[in-house]
Amino acid sequence: MIDSLFNGASWADAWRIIESEFLLATWETIYVTILSTAFAIIIGLPLGVLLVAGEKNGVLPLPAGLMKALNVIVNILRSVPFLILMILVFPLTRLVVGTVVGTPASIVPLVIAAFPFIARLVEGSLREVNPNTIEMAQSLGASPMQIIIRVMIPESVPSLISNGTIAITTILGYSAMSGIIGGGGLGKIAINYGYYRYKYVVMFAAVILLVVLVQVFQSLGTKMAIRSDKRLKH
Amino acid sequence: MIEIRNLTKTFRSSTEGIEYVEALKNVSITINDGDIFGIIGMSGAGKSTLVRCINMLERPTDGTVLIDGVDLKKLSEKELRAARKNVTMIFQGFNLLMQRTCLKNITFPLELIGTPKAEARRRAMELLELVGLPDKAGAYPAQLSGGQQQRIAIARALATDPKILLCDEATSALDPATTSSILQLIKEINEKTGITVVVITHQMSVVEDICNRVAILDGGVVAEQGDVREVFSHPSSAAGRRLVYPESADNESPIIGGSNQKFLRIVFEGAASANAPLIADMAIDVGVRANIAAASTKQIGDHAYASLVLGVDSYSDLEKALEYLNSKPDVSAKEVHIND
Ligand SMILES: Nc1ncnc2c1ncn2[C@@H]1O[C@H](COP(=O)(O)OP(=O)(O)OP(=O)(O)O)[C@@H](O)[C@H]1O
Ligand SMILES: [Mg+2]
Repeated sequence: MIDSLFNGASWADAWRIIESEFLLATWETIYVTILSTAFAIIIGLPLGVLLVAGEKNGVLPLPAGLMKALNVIVNILRSVPFLILMILVFPLTRLVVGTVVGTPASIVPLVIAAFPFIARLVEGSLREVNPNTIEMAQSLGASPMQIIIRVMIPESVPSLISNGTIAITTILGYSAMSGIIGGGGLGKIAINYGYYRYKYVVMFAAVILLVVLVQVFQSLGTKMAIRSDKRLKH
Repeated sequence: MIEIRNLTKTFRSSTEGIEYVEALKNVSITINDGDIFGIIGMSGAGKSTLVRCINMLERPTDGTVLIDGVDLKKLSEKELRAARKNVTMIFQGFNLLMQRTCLKNITFPLELIGTPKAEARRRAMELLELVGLPDKAGAYPAQLSGGQQQRIAIARALATDPKILLCDEATSALDPATTSSILQLIKEINEKTGITVVVITHQMSVVEDICNRVAILDGGVVAEQGDVREVFSHPSSAAGRRLVYPESADNESPIIGGSNQKFLRIVFEGAASANAPLIADMAIDVGVRANIAAASTKQIGDHAYASLVLGVDSYSDLEKALEYLNSKPDVSAKEVHIND
């Protein structure tokens, strides 16, 4: 593996592949990650809110049985390994996208894997809101929905952004994994050229690009979280 | 008017071995419109529980709270939320929304009732002016001192023009100078708008500074209540005396005097009696010889009070002394039982 890194021919070969395929692959990785994260947030955010607000002492208590069921579902989805989950959701993927291979098809298992994770992250963020603040809102006559929308979520925005960054970088990693069973993007390139065709230079290049993408998302997210936090004196 | 009648609140205890905590037992208090009513007591006396029962943040186990004749316990959730616009609250920890500007914190209760934006903004600016922070509209709470944050919280509590303002240890997190400026602000608002204020505190000085009436809460029970001057000059309960005369002889045996002595407390109010040799006069005029068991002075509102506990040898001496002393201007005397 290491040998190929010192072989001029393998570099030239790799460069051709990088030139012709990397731009599209990088784009695919980015759009799959962003779309999957967006859909996962659409499901995971309300679910996370329910996990906090629906508790016995929450602002919108829900039946204990329902809360138990929600928690169990989230835990099960969180504990199935992503590769297995992708295969398990094939029927759903076929139903939604029409096929189980290709870049758009990989979005379905990514969303299924990510929304319970995001729900837990949202739950964590909302639990950080000072209970006294919620009590203040109640004392001023706020309804449960008003407390959720005007107090709990806005007050935890910096934490939600930090956790959103964790989510997007994790989903980026999953999207690379989806290359194994037909997903597109940098993951597919790393597996196809590196694992199947021993072109390690290409594989390393793809991995480096993935690392760079994680770095970019992470530093952007951290910056946004800090900028948004009005508790800091800046 | 707030009428608290036979209010009882029992909590399930989290301590092992104790199943229930009776935070409030049969509490009855009437608070009149325009009062600044103090509720004072030691930590754990049930003050916060009581004030939270007034706006039903805590559901009473038994008893009723009537606000202008309306029993809050009987209201639906929705009606209760509407009623809370009239009974707002400020807290020890200010509880501002940290991600909103001061202006937006003040408009928060108005948003809840759907007040148009421009009108809410105008009202908030008025209130910023009232609490003395017109230049802080765009600042975030983290950029303010504790005292300034409490001013914003007061402005927010006033936004919906409530009839009642509940203050739970509102100055306990502040230094003495800031405390007195916040208390002055509350007093001013009370005088200007006639709002009824309920002040929860464990500090005597807070009650002395702004309250006209007070209830002393002790172990979930109202030990005594009434006019601040009356209660503080002649506390009739053991809890009251512990608060008002923390270092007095009431809680220990007097320095001089036998165990079969009778004791009385004299309170000098104002200056008229201060220069008279009262105890010597009493010995000469009615022949009662008294020893001094304890003494303290106190400032209540704008009055100076001096208080003495005297010991006399017999019940007849006690009666003579009480009659003699109570005939003097600005002096009042009462028997005290040292060990109750
Ligand atoms: N939610 C609760 N569950 C169980 N016990 C409670 C609860 N809230 C209060 N208590 C108990 O009720 C009693 C009165 O509490 P409360 O907070 O009203 O006291 P307080 O007078 O406000 O004290 P402090 O001056 O320390 O604030 C205490 O013994 C407390 O432990
Ligand atoms: Mg308290």
